[in-house]
Amino acid sequence: MESVLVKVGMADLQVAQSPDRLRTTGLGSCVGVALYDPIAKIGGMAHVMLPNQALSRGDTNRAKYADTAIPLLIDKMEKMGAEPRRMVAKLAGGAQMFKFQSAHNLSIGRRNVEACHQQLRQANIPVVAEDTGGNFGRTIELDTVTGILYVRSVNAGSKKL
Amino acid sequence: MTWLKFNPLHMDVLKEIGNIGAGHAASSLSQILGQPVHMQIPEVRIVSFDELAELAGGAEQVVVATCLYFRGDVEGYMFFLLEERSAWQLAQFVYQQPITAKGPATEQDRELYLSAVQEIGNIVCSSYLSALADFTMLKISPSVPELAIDMAGAIISYGLLEAGKVGDRALVIETCFVDSNHNEIPVDGHFLLLPHPDSYSIIFAALGVSGHGKCSG
Repeated sequence: MESVLVKVGMADLQVAQSPDRLRTTGLGSCVGVALYDPIAKIGGMAHVMLPNQALSRGDTNRAKYADTAIPLLIDKMEKMGAEPRRMVAKLAGGAQMFKFQSAHNLSIGRRNVEACHQQLRQANIPVVAEDTGGNFGRTIELDTVTGILYVRSVNAGSKKL
Repeated sequence: MTWLKFNPLHMDVLKEIGNIGAGHAASSLSQILGQPVHMQIPEVRIVSFDELAELAGGAEQVVVATCLYFRGDVEGYMFFLLEERSAWQLAQFVYQQPITAKGPATEQDRELYLSAVQEIGNIVCSSYLSALADFTMLKISPSVPELAIDMAGAIISYGLLEAGKVGDRALVIETCFVDSNHNEIPVDGHFLLLPHPDSYSIIFAALGVSGHGKCSG
Protein backbone atom coordinates (compact mmCIF):
# COMPACT_ATOMS: atom_id res chain seq x y z
CA MET A 1 0.00 0.00 0.00
CA GLU A 2 1.22 3.45 -0.95
CA SER A 3 1.96 5.66 2.05
CA VAL A 4 0.62 9.19 2.16
CA LEU A 5 2.55 12.12 3.63
CA VAL A 6 0.26 14.15 5.87
CA LYS A 7 1.41 17.73 6.38
CA VAL A 8 1.00 19.36 9.77
CA GLY A 9 1.12 23.16 9.53
CA MET A 10 2.21 25.62 12.19
CA ALA A 11 -0.35 25.64 15.06
CA ASP A 12 -2.01 22.59 13.51
CA LEU A 13 -2.49 18.91 14.41
CA GLN A 14 -3.23 15.81 12.35
CA VAL A 15 -3.63 12.05 12.82
CA ALA A 16 -2.73 9.19 10.49
CA GLN A 17 -2.44 5.41 10.48
CA SER A 18 -0.05 2.89 9.00
CA PRO A 19 1.47 3.18 6.43
CA ASP A 20 1.10 6.96 6.30
CA ARG A 21 3.60 9.50 7.59
CA LEU A 22 3.12 12.78 9.44
CA ARG A 23 5.45 15.68 8.86
CA THR A 24 5.92 19.21 10.15
CA THR A 25 8.62 21.63 9.02
CA GLY A 26 10.62 24.53 10.40
CA LEU A 27 10.21 24.04 14.15
CA GLY A 28 12.08 26.80 16.00
CA SER A 29 10.77 27.62 19.46
CA CYS A 30 7.68 25.61 18.52
CA VAL A 31 7.48 21.97 19.65
CA GLY A 32 6.52 19.03 17.49
CA VAL A 33 4.61 16.48 19.58
CA ALA A 34 4.42 13.00 18.07
CA LEU A 35 2.13 10.41 19.71
CA TYR A 36 2.06 6.78 18.65
CA ASP A 37 0.04 3.68 19.47
CA PRO A 38 2.29 0.78 18.38
CA ILE A 39 -0.51 -1.82 18.41
CA ALA A 40 -3.06 0.12 16.36
CA LYS A 41 -0.20 1.73 14.41
CA ILE A 42 -1.90 5.09 14.67
CA GLY A 43 0.10 8.29 15.00
CA GLY A 44 -0.69 11.90 15.77
CA MET A 45 1.35 15.07 15.45
CA ALA A 46 0.88 18.60 16.77
CA HIS A 47 2.96 21.72 15.95
CA VAL A 48 2.60 23.63 19.22
CA MET A 49 3.49 27.35 19.29
CA LEU A 50 2.69 28.42 22.84
CA PRO A 51 2.60 26.65 26.23
CA ASN A 52 -0.94 27.33 27.41
CA GLN A 53 -4.21 28.70 26.24
CA ALA A 54 -4.30 31.15 29.14
CA LEU A 55 -1.96 33.26 26.94
CA SER A 56 -4.63 33.53 24.27
CA ARG A 57 -6.23 36.89 23.61
CA GLY A 58 -9.43 35.66 22.03
CA ASP A 59 -7.77 32.99 19.90
CA THR A 60 -9.65 29.67 19.73
CA ASN A 61 -7.22 27.42 17.88
CA ARG A 62 -6.68 24.55 20.32
CA ALA A 63 -3.86 23.07 18.24
CA LYS A 64 -1.67 26.09 19.01
CA TYR A 65 -1.24 25.54 22.76
CA ALA A 66 0.43 22.58 24.48
CA ASP A 67 -2.25 22.26 27.15
CA THR A 68 -5.13 22.10 24.67
CA ALA A 69 -3.41 20.48 21.68
CA ILE A 70 -2.32 17.31 23.49
CA PRO A 71 -5.79 16.35 24.85
CA LEU A 72 -7.31 17.13 21.44
CA LEU A 73 -4.69 15.00 19.69
CA ILE A 74 -5.28 12.06 22.06
CA ASP A 75 -9.02 12.40 21.47
CA LYS A 76 -8.64 12.35 17.68
CA MET A 77 -6.38 9.30 17.82
CA GLU A 78 -8.86 7.52 20.08
CA LYS A 79 -11.64 8.16 17.58
CA MET A 80 -9.44 6.52 14.95
CA GLY A 81 -9.01 3.42 17.14
CA ALA A 82 -5.91 4.16 19.22
CA GLU A 83 -5.83 3.60 22.98
CA PRO A 84 -4.27 6.23 25.26
CA ARG A 85 -2.82 3.58 27.63
CA ARG A 86 -0.69 2.22 24.76
CA MET A 87 0.49 5.61 23.50
CA VAL A 88 4.06 6.84 23.69
CA ALA A 89 5.27 10.38 23.00
CA LYS A 90 8.32 11.84 21.27
CA LEU A 91 9.15 15.55 21.27
CA ALA A 92 11.34 17.74 19.07
CA GLY A 93 11.91 21.49 18.81
CA GLY A 94 11.65 24.05 21.58
CA ALA A 95 14.86 25.78 20.52
CA GLN A 96 16.03 29.19 21.62
CA MET A 97 16.91 30.53 18.18
CA PHE A 98 18.05 33.97 19.35
CA LYS A 99 19.69 35.58 22.34
CA PHE A 100 17.29 38.52 22.24
CA GLN A 101 13.98 37.90 23.91
CA SER A 102 10.74 39.77 23.99
CA ALA A 103 9.38 40.33 27.49
CA HIS A 104 6.18 38.56 26.44
CA ASN A 105 7.91 35.40 25.36
CA LEU A 106 10.87 34.76 27.66
CA SER A 107 12.40 31.30 27.07
CA ILE A 108 9.37 30.40 25.02
CA GLY A 109 11.00 27.27 23.57
CA ARG A 110 11.83 25.81 26.97
CA ARG A 111 8.38 26.71 28.31
CA ASN A 112 6.75 24.97 25.36
CA VAL A 113 8.75 21.80 26.07
CA GLU A 114 7.90 21.91 29.78
CA ALA A 115 4.21 22.43 29.08
CA CYS A 116 4.21 19.41 26.75
CA HIS A 117 5.86 17.26 29.44
CA GLN A 118 3.36 18.38 32.03
CA GLN A 119 0.38 17.71 29.80
CA LEU A 120 1.68 14.27 28.79
CA ARG A 121 2.31 13.39 32.45
CA GLN A 122 -1.28 14.26 33.24
CA ALA A 123 -2.42 12.00 30.43
CA ASN A 124 -0.09 9.19 31.64
CA ILE A 125 1.71 9.06 28.31
CA PRO A 126 5.46 8.43 28.65
CA VAL A 127 7.92 10.60 26.72
CA VAL A 128 10.20 7.90 25.32
CA ALA A 129 12.53 10.16 23.33
CA GLU A 130 13.14 13.83 22.69
CA ASP A 131 15.43 16.16 20.79
CA THR A 132 14.68 19.57 22.23
CA GLY A 133 16.48 22.82 23.00
CA GLY A 134 19.58 24.15 21.26
CA ASN A 135 19.54 27.12 18.91
CA PHE A 136 18.59 25.57 15.59
CA GLY A 137 15.51 24.69 13.56
CA ARG A 138 14.15 21.18 13.00
CA THR A 139 11.84 19.29 10.66
CA ILE A 140 10.26 16.06 11.86
CA GLU A 141 8.55 13.10 10.25
CA LEU A 142 6.73 10.25 12.04
CA ASP A 143 6.56 6.87 10.32
CA THR A 144 3.37 5.19 11.55
CA VAL A 145 4.58 1.77 10.41
CA THR A 146 7.50 1.75 12.87
CA GLY A 147 6.83 4.68 15.21
CA ILE A 148 10.25 6.11 14.37
CA LEU A 149 10.48 9.91 14.45
CA TYR A 150 13.02 11.32 11.98
CA VAL A 151 14.50 14.69 12.99
CA ARG A 152 16.34 16.78 10.41
CA SER A 153 18.20 20.04 10.97
CA VAL A 154 20.33 22.39 8.87
CA ASN A 155 23.03 22.95 11.47
CA ALA A 156 23.06 19.88 13.69
CA GLY A 157 22.61 16.90 11.40
CA SER A 158 19.79 14.37 11.41
CA LYS A 159 18.73 11.73 13.88
CA LYS A 160 16.21 8.99 14.48
CA LEU A 161 14.16 8.95 17.66
CA MET B 1 -7.37 47.59 17.28
CA THR B 2 -7.06 44.58 15.02
CA TRP B 3 -6.32 44.55 11.32
CA LEU B 4 -9.88 43.28 10.77
CA LYS B 5 -10.94 46.90 11.14
CA PHE B 6 -8.27 48.36 8.87
CA ASN B 7 -9.38 50.38 5.89
CA PRO B 8 -7.37 51.36 2.78
CA LEU B 9 -5.89 54.42 4.50
CA HIS B 10 -4.51 52.26 7.30
CA MET B 11 -2.99 49.91 4.77
CA ASP B 12 -1.44 52.88 2.92
CA VAL B 13 0.11 54.14 6.14
CA LEU B 14 1.68 50.74 6.77
CA LYS B 15 2.93 50.60 3.18
CA GLU B 16 4.50 54.00 3.68
CA ILE B 17 6.39 52.60 6.66
CA GLY B 18 7.79 49.88 4.42
CA ASN B 19 8.60 52.49 1.81
CA ILE B 20 10.44 54.87 4.10
CA GLY B 21 12.19 52.19 6.13
CA ALA B 22 13.37 50.06 3.25
CA GLY B 23 14.10 53.17 1.16
CA HIS B 24 16.62 54.35 3.73
CA ALA B 25 18.00 50.84 4.06
CA ALA B 26 18.42 50.66 0.28
CA SER B 27 20.30 53.94 0.18
CA SER B 28 22.61 52.84 3.02
CA LEU B 29 23.33 49.65 1.16
CA SER B 30 23.89 51.42 -2.13
CA GLN B 31 26.40 53.74 -0.44
CA ILE B 32 28.33 50.72 0.79
CA LEU B 33 28.23 49.01 -2.59
CA GLY B 34 28.66 52.10 -4.76
CA GLN B 35 25.81 50.93 -6.98
CA PRO B 36 22.08 51.48 -7.02
CA VAL B 37 19.93 49.10 -4.96
CA HIS B 38 16.40 48.90 -6.23
CA MET B 39 13.37 48.05 -4.20
CA GLN B 40 9.87 47.05 -5.10
CA ILE B 41 6.70 48.74 -3.91
CA PRO B 42 6.08 47.55 -0.34
CA GLU B 43 3.32 45.03 0.27
CA VAL B 44 1.20 44.85 3.41
CA ARG B 45 -0.09 41.33 3.69
CA ILE B 46 -2.40 39.60 6.12
CA VAL B 47 -1.31 36.01 5.89
CA SER B 48 -1.74 32.62 7.52
CA PHE B 49 1.36 31.33 9.31
CA ASP B 50 2.15 28.89 6.53
CA GLU B 51 1.72 31.63 3.92
CA LEU B 52 4.19 33.78 5.82
CA ALA B 53 6.76 31.00 5.64
CA GLU B 54 6.05 30.79 1.89
CA LEU B 55 7.07 34.46 1.55
CA ALA B 56 10.51 33.31 2.62
CA GLY B 57 10.52 30.35 0.21
CA GLY B 58 8.85 27.79 2.50
CA ALA B 59 9.18 26.75 6.14
CA GLU B 60 12.14 24.49 5.39
CA GLN B 61 13.95 26.83 3.01
CA VAL B 62 17.38 27.80 4.31
CA VAL B 63 17.70 31.57 4.56
CA VAL B 64 20.41 33.95 5.72
CA ALA B 65 18.52 36.17 8.11
CA THR B 66 19.37 39.20 10.20
CA CYS B 67 16.82 39.22 12.98
CA LEU B 68 15.97 41.67 15.70
CA TYR B 69 13.33 42.50 18.21
CA PHE B 70 12.42 46.12 18.90
CA ARG B 71 10.52 47.76 21.70
CA GLY B 72 9.81 51.23 23.05
CA ASP B 73 6.60 53.00 22.05
CA VAL B 74 5.99 50.18 19.59
CA GLU B 75 7.15 46.57 19.53
CA GLY B 76 7.78 43.93 16.96
CA TYR B 77 10.19 41.75 15.03
CA MET B 78 12.21 42.54 11.95
CA PHE B 79 13.81 40.05 9.60
CA PHE B 80 16.13 40.90 6.70
CA LEU B 81 16.35 37.78 4.57
CA LEU B 82 19.01 37.26 1.96
CA GLU B 83 19.31 34.51 -0.59
CA GLU B 84 22.39 32.51 0.32
CA ARG B 85 24.11 33.31 -2.97
CA SER B 86 23.44 37.02 -2.60
CA ALA B 87 24.77 36.97 0.98
CA TRP B 88 28.07 35.43 -0.12
CA GLN B 89 28.42 37.91 -2.99
CA LEU B 90 27.94 40.82 -0.61
CA ALA B 91 30.67 39.37 1.60
CA GLN B 92 33.00 38.95 -1.38
CA PHE B 93 32.44 42.61 -2.21
CA VAL B 94 33.27 43.69 1.33
CA TYR B 95 36.54 41.75 1.21
CA GLN B 96 37.29 42.93 -2.33
CA GLN B 97 37.38 39.40 -3.62
CA PRO B 98 36.23 38.39 -7.10
CA ILE B 99 32.43 38.14 -7.10
CA THR B 100 31.54 34.54 -7.83
CA ALA B 101 28.42 32.45 -7.58
CA LYS B 102 30.21 30.13 -5.15
CA GLY B 103 30.03 30.30 -1.42
CA PRO B 104 33.00 30.33 0.96
CA ALA B 105 35.59 27.65 0.22
CA THR B 106 36.78 26.99 3.76
CA GLU B 107 35.35 27.09 7.25
CA GLN B 108 37.58 30.10 7.95
CA ASP B 109 36.21 31.92 4.90
CA ARG B 110 32.71 31.10 6.04
CA GLU B 111 33.31 32.77 9.40
CA LEU B 112 34.73 35.85 7.66
CA TYR B 113 31.87 36.00 5.19
CA LEU B 114 29.32 35.67 7.94
CA SER B 115 30.77 38.59 9.88
CA ALA B 116 30.53 40.76 6.76
CA VAL B 117 26.94 39.67 6.14
CA GLN B 118 26.13 40.35 9.77
CA GLU B 119 27.57 43.86 9.51
CA ILE B 120 25.56 44.59 6.38
CA GLY B 121 22.44 43.22 8.06
CA ASN B 122 23.05 45.49 11.06
CA ILE B 123 23.43 48.55 8.86
CA VAL B 124 20.32 47.98 6.75
CA CYS B 125 18.12 47.02 9.70
CA SER B 126 19.18 50.01 11.78
CA SER B 127 18.66 52.34 8.78
CA TYR B 128 15.16 50.96 8.39
CA LEU B 129 14.25 51.36 12.03
CA SER B 130 15.79 54.77 12.53
CA ALA B 131 13.91 56.03 9.46
CA LEU B 132 10.75 54.55 10.94
CA ALA B 133 11.39 56.24 14.29
CA ASP B 134 12.07 59.60 12.60
CA PHE B 135 8.97 59.33 10.45
CA THR B 136 6.61 58.43 13.29
CA MET B 137 8.43 60.35 16.07
CA LEU B 138 8.10 57.18 18.13
CA LYS B 139 10.76 55.72 20.37
CA ILE B 140 12.05 52.44 18.94
CA SER B 141 14.89 50.56 20.65
CA PRO B 142 16.17 47.61 18.67
CA SER B 143 17.93 44.59 20.16
CA VAL B 144 21.37 43.69 18.87
CA PRO B 145 20.63 42.09 15.49
CA GLU B 146 21.48 38.40 15.25
CA LEU B 147 22.41 36.46 12.15
CA ALA B 148 20.86 33.05 11.60
CA ILE B 149 21.27 30.62 8.74
CA ASP B 150 18.48 28.18 9.24
CA MET B 151 15.01 27.08 8.16
CA ALA B 152 12.80 30.07 7.41
CA GLY B 153 9.93 28.67 9.49
CA ALA B 154 12.11 28.28 12.59
CA ILE B 155 13.25 31.90 12.30
CA ILE B 156 10.11 33.72 11.27
CA SER B 157 7.88 31.92 13.78
CA TYR B 158 9.26 34.28 16.44
CA GLY B 159 7.49 37.12 14.68
CA LEU B 160 4.21 35.21 14.98
CA LEU B 161 4.09 34.56 18.71
CA GLU B 162 2.15 37.71 19.52
CA ALA B 163 -0.17 37.58 16.51
CA GLY B 164 -0.75 33.91 17.39
CA LYS B 165 -2.32 34.86 20.71
CA VAL B 166 -4.97 36.78 18.82
CA GLY B 167 -5.63 34.46 15.88
CA ASP B 168 -4.24 32.39 13.05
CA ARG B 169 -3.07 35.19 10.80
CA ALA B 170 -0.42 37.88 10.96
CA LEU B 171 0.13 41.24 9.36
CA VAL B 172 3.49 41.67 7.67
CA ILE B 173 5.03 44.66 5.91
CA GLU B 174 7.23 43.27 3.16
CA THR B 175 9.73 45.14 1.02
CA CYS B 176 11.91 43.41 -1.56
CA PHE B 177 15.25 44.47 -2.94
CA VAL B 178 15.55 43.39 -6.53
CA ASP B 179 18.48 42.84 -8.79
CA SER B 180 18.35 45.46 -11.52
CA ASN B 181 20.25 43.17 -13.94
CA HIS B 182 23.17 45.45 -14.66
CA ASN B 183 24.80 45.41 -11.30
CA GLU B 184 27.98 43.70 -10.36
CA ILE B 185 26.45 42.53 -7.09
CA PRO B 186 22.86 41.44 -7.43
CA VAL B 187 21.10 42.07 -4.14
CA ASP B 188 18.28 39.60 -3.62
CA GLY B 189 16.76 40.15 -0.24
CA HIS B 190 13.74 41.33 1.57
CA PHE B 191 12.51 42.82 4.78
CA LEU B 192 9.67 41.42 6.83
CA LEU B 193 8.41 43.71 9.57
CA LEU B 194 5.92 42.19 12.03
CA PRO B 195 4.57 44.74 14.48
CA HIS B 196 3.02 43.63 17.78
CA PRO B 197 -0.80 43.60 17.41
CA ASP B 198 -1.06 46.37 20.03
CA SER B 199 1.34 48.61 18.13
CA TYR B 200 -0.82 49.43 15.11
CA SER B 201 -3.05 51.91 16.90
CA ILE B 202 0.04 53.64 18.31
CA ILE B 203 1.58 53.93 14.84
CA PHE B 204 -1.67 55.27 13.40
CA ALA B 205 -2.13 57.77 16.22
CA ALA B 206 1.46 58.97 15.80
CA LEU B 207 0.78 59.64 12.12
CA GLY B 208 -2.54 61.37 12.77
CA VAL B 209 -4.79 58.62 11.46
CA SER B 210 -7.74 57.77 13.68
CA GLY B 211 -9.09 54.30 14.43
CA HIS B 212 -11.79 54.99 11.86
CA GLY B 213 -9.19 55.70 9.24
CA LYS B 214 -9.67 59.45 9.05
CA CYS B 215 -6.80 61.91 8.87
CA SER B 216 -6.73 64.30 11.77
CA GLY B 217 -4.66 67.24 10.74
